[in-house]
Amino acid sequence: MSTAASPSPTRPSVVYKPMFPVDPKRAMVFAVTSGKGGVGKTFVSANTAAALAKRGLRVLVLDADLGLANLDVVLNLYPKTTLHDVFTGKATLREAILKAPGGFDVLLAGSGLVEYSRLTSDVRDQFQTVLHDVMLDYDVVILDTGAGISDVVLYAISLADEVLLVSTPEPTSLTDAYATVKVLAAQQGRRTIRVAINQTLQPGEGRIITTQLQRVVDRFVPVLGSGPVMLTHIGDIPSDTLVRNAVQKRQLLFTSMPGSAPAQAIAGMASRLGDLVQRWQTTRVAG
Amino acid sequence: MVLSVGSGWQANARLYPPQSEAKAVEIPYPNHCVDVDSLRLDSALRLIEQSGQPIEDDREVPQAYVQSVIDALCSLSSRDSLTGLSNRRSFSQAIDRELDRVARMGDVALLLMVDIDHFKIVNDTHGHIVGDEVIKQMAQRLLDCVRPMDTVARFGGEEFAVVLPNCSQTYSEVVAERIRHAVEDRPFHVGPGLALSLTVSVGGAYAPQWIRSEAAIWIERADRQLYRAKRGGRNRVCLEETFDTVVSTEEKELLYGALNFGGLGAMAAMTQDGNDGALHS
Repeated sequence: MSTAASPSPTRPSVVYKPMFPVDPKRAMVFAVTSGKGGVGKTFVSANTAAALAKRGLRVLVLDADLGLANLDVVLNLYPKTTLHDVFTGKATLREAILKAPGGFDVLLAGSGLVEYSRLTSDVRDQFQTVLHDVMLDYDVVILDTGAGISDVVLYAISLADEVLLVSTPEPTSLTDAYATVKVLAAQQGRRTIRVAINQTLQPGEGRIITTQLQRVVDRFVPVLGSGPVMLTHIGDIPSDTLVRNAVQKRQLLFTSMPGSAPAQAIAGMASRLGDLVQRWQTTRVAG
Repeated sequence: MVLSVGSGWQANARLYPPQSEAKAVEIPYPNHCVDVDSLRLDSALRLIEQSGQPIEDDREVPQAYVQSVIDALCSLSSRDSLTGLSNRRSFSQAIDRELDRVARMGDVALLLMVDIDHFKIVNDTHGHIVGDEVIKQMAQRLLDCVRPMDTVARFGGEEFAVVLPNCSQTYSEVVAERIRHAVEDRPFHVGPGLALSLTVSVGGAYAPQWIRSEAAIWIERADRQLYRAKRGGRNRVCLEETFDTVVSTEEKELLYGALNFGGLGAMAAMTQDGNDGALHS
């Protein structure tokens, strides 16, 4: 007995499946990541949050750098309650959410979370529960991830609807940013990644860099099912001593020096991200 | 009447009532027989519908019999008719379940894609009957190589897929090589005096731990390793070590070799990093 010829295996197209179902009523989740450390990830997260808040959006920044958090340092906050207390049941989620100077809310990990630097089912469940619980109260949730591409970082990114990749023009930073794109494409099927270039030295530099990154991606990153990885440039933040000063004074540049070039650049980025949020909130969900 | 199914899995496929009882229980179906081999979905549905109805003559429908028909149909719909392995549909279920589990537990799961090398030559030289026999025997050899908890599926044509939950990296290589050897070491006796020496190529990839992802991505990654094994000369195993985070010199050159615009950005980077100059060729 011979069977009919098997149909040739059809390979379904790959589309990134968000961890939480698309719902215009919940917050749009952004993950800010970089590959390399020290490129200004947390600076970008905090200032972008302030800029989005200024646009009238309800914003929460969630410290997803569970092992080595420094959002508290950037924001000059000394929280009594942190995510750690929520995880251990010592505080409720509402008690751990703080008002940050820029008009947005933050949920800090606290340095007590060193034991969470490796992912376990427990950490995963707790983190996801927290995110799930805050989602309906905000328009935007920004996950400030850690440096590198460890399983914690990749996991945090997997929870996000959009990825915001921060790099500087430095070769080392670009290399790590590119490696991050590669992993996200292969592991999560990410097809759209937003790129912000921090500490640029001349106008237009960021866009040139993003274009170059895209060229390398097109040439070397394998295309899965649904098509190539698209990098979208969303802004340059010019190198400026004001940034260093603000960080050292633990001030939020966007609020303390709103007229400065870096703050203006952040405002431009926030306007582009704000458009994404608006589109998100007007998404029609099937069914 | 015994419902006879393809020879590969007759043990599972004997449906109630068994032959000896065929006369004892009168079954109110046409010809008292369901030929599962030629059963089509529409007639199967009619059969199931009919069994819920009172039959014209007032003989009772044995409930156990109806249940067994339904069970057999369920099993039939999840198996590949030639080999008795999981078919594409039940493979999809298995792989989705495994992805959900790995996302939750973070353990290591492996997907192997196994493809018979130069299978077209077998079909072209010896005909499809022999080709089918090879596929059947291949299915058995695959089953003999893995644990009962693993899912072996016919992915299509001469391509098989194996889902191995909770599979450490050391075991992965062992099991993939075991499969390759199981094929290479013994010829396939597929007819009187006809023994074929065959080989397989094996590609494997791990599920992304902790992350809920798409089956299609996992399959595609394993497939890519399979093509790598094919390109590398066949009869070999290629496993994806981890996610590719290595950036080659070629990639680096294209990435910032061209970024010497005005020299400003790159120069600044060089002065900051000191020893990075060599990268700007």
